[in-house]
Amino acid sequence: MILTENFRLAFEALRANPMRSILTTLGIIIGSAAVIAVVSIIQGLQFMITQQAQGVGATFAWVLPDTGNQGAGLVARQVKLTWADGQAIQQQVPGVAMITPLIQGIEQVKYRDRQHRPAGVSGVNADYPEVFNHTVDRGRFFTRLDLEHRRKVAVVGQTVVEELRLGDDPIGKEIYVGRIPVTLVGVMEERGQSLGTDQDDQVFLPFDTALTLFGRRAGDQVALSLQAESVEVVDRVKDGIERVLRARHRIPDGQPDDFLVILQDEILSTVNSILGGVTAVIGAVVGIALLVGGIGIMNIMLVSVTERTREIGLRKSVGARRQDILIQFLIEAIILSLVGGVIGLALGYGTGVVVASALPGDWPSAHVPLWAVALAFGFCTFVGVTFGIYPASKAARLDPIEALRYE
Amino acid sequence: MALIELTGVHKTYDMGVEKVHALAGVDLEIEAGDYLAIMGASGSGKSTLMNLLGCLDTPSEGHYLLNGVAVESLVDTELAAIRNREIGFVFQTFNLLPRTSALKNVELPLIYGGQQRRERQRLAMEALERVGLADRMEHQPSELSGGQCQRVAIARALVNGPSILLADEPTGNLDSKTSEEIMQLFDELHRSGNTVILVTHEDDIAEHTRRIVTLRDGLILEDRRSGGQPPGEDAGREAPA
Repeated sequence: MILTENFRLAFEALRANPMRSILTTLGIIIGSAAVIAVVSIIQGLQFMITQQAQGVGATFAWVLPDTGNQGAGLVARQVKLTWADGQAIQQQVPGVAMITPLIQGIEQVKYRDRQHRPAGVSGVNADYPEVFNHTVDRGRFFTRLDLEHRRKVAVVGQTVVEELRLGDDPIGKEIYVGRIPVTLVGVMEERGQSLGTDQDDQVFLPFDTALTLFGRRAGDQVALSLQAESVEVVDRVKDGIERVLRARHRIPDGQPDDFLVILQDEILSTVNSILGGVTAVIGAVVGIALLVGGIGIMNIMLVSVTERTREIGLRKSVGARRQDILIQFLIEAIILSLVGGVIGLALGYGTGVVVASALPGDWPSAHVPLWAVALAFGFCTFVGVTFGIYPASKAARLDPIEALRYE
Repeated sequence: MALIELTGVHKTYDMGVEKVHALAGVDLEIEAGDYLAIMGASGSGKSTLMNLLGCLDTPSEGHYLLNGVAVESLVDTELAAIRNREIGFVFQTFNLLPRTSALKNVELPLIYGGQQRRERQRLAMEALERVGLADRMEHQPSELSGGQCQRVAIARALVNGPSILLADEPTGNLDSKTSEEIMQLFDELHRSGNTVILVTHEDDIAEHTRRIVTLRDGLILEDRRSGGQPPGEDAGREAPA
């Protein structure tokens, strides 16, 4: 029998009972909506994190003090990671291209009568722009000379410029960061928002100036950020840092490190594996929803076969073969499932868009990859076939004489 | 060679405890172009015989030659093809597809015959014109009278140009005036060369035909040639209940 005729029949059968069809396919609608909504949100998140990570490049690495390995903390020796460690790394570990310390705090900034509390005040050195691949838009970043002479200078993000109404020409203006007066020498390139934080609401101070502001003890636990010379040497750089720091911190063999060296691709793979885990769990839930949806379809198809027993008998009497009847009902089940899939797709995408725009900050816009759409449709077809085959074969096996006599 | 040749046909149903012999050795020859009524009380085996003639079922024993084809040896798919090409069924309850136009209903056998859409439409329209429903093609069964529904069903039976028109109590659900009109349509189809087999228990319906086969207890009781009385002669007489 001609296939197009079967599709026409299937749509007519569904149109004959629109409410029943929608209710039947509700499980599928919910299932595929969930797939698309979750995938779109997670994909967006992954997309954003990956982009951010790629922004600093695969040669980027963090060195952080590890306060986690201190036992109960009663016999805590002070875990220290200082800029002196950073300088030792720079001098003794081959393959380190540049390195900057990073300490952060919250301070009020003031310009004349205007006040603002930026999201972060960071103390870094002159390598910061290159290490973080974050360049200056106007003016300049501070230089080694600024650092050596302990000049009171600062570089701010665009949001700070706007909040303090520094105007079109902020360079050279004097602002207060906490109690310290500094001269603005530059404005950073805009970066927008990430994970709900305004990346442009930042103030950068020379490392020593920041220490003066935050107090000397802030220098005991700094984060070090570095760029290796190439991707090939990243692993060797990590080993070198571990060797240098263990020696400097006098950690005996067998004792754990009191610092962490985290490579960029490790961050990426950790994030990816977390997101992968979340996806798998939700995938399982969705699988159950689709299973329930499939049973709904099987149920209603069995009802439909019973209701249409005489029609089946008639079709057989005018020459329909078993496979014609089988395919007719199978296609009906698949269409039912796919219609649910399409509705669910639209619903899920809509949910993704709404959720993404409702979340604070610059949450990535819903991003539905083609494979997720293909997967949803593939799964719907699979469900349709799996749960349609039994009712369809029941219809196909009906004895035409009994079917014609069915009341 | 006759169109239909039944020799020693048995049909036995296994009802668990006992076996029911619905047909107990039927020999029957039907020539092409014949006009025949199968009669008998309920339980006489006439429905079983009709199902066998219509290739909805195969004999338990014996031989059925239809157009030289041994039907008893065919498998399901081949039987479906025979039904599609050789048999046109007309049922007591019409069995039209609801919410489907007369034209689409008539097209149904052509769909399973694999005809293309345009050809299907042409043949279906021709068939509907033949039964006098040229102006009702787009109507759905719910918008048609009982007689018109049966005409659609007859058009559906005719549309593939079958060897046999097989009608099971075709007037059972119609009033006497409409019944008469439907019978005149069968008479006409017979005159234009179709082989028509009616299954009925009403004498005045059977009187339209040229040959009456009466069954009792699964055997042919009587095989009588009638003159093929012109319709209208016994129109006033009521059928015995």
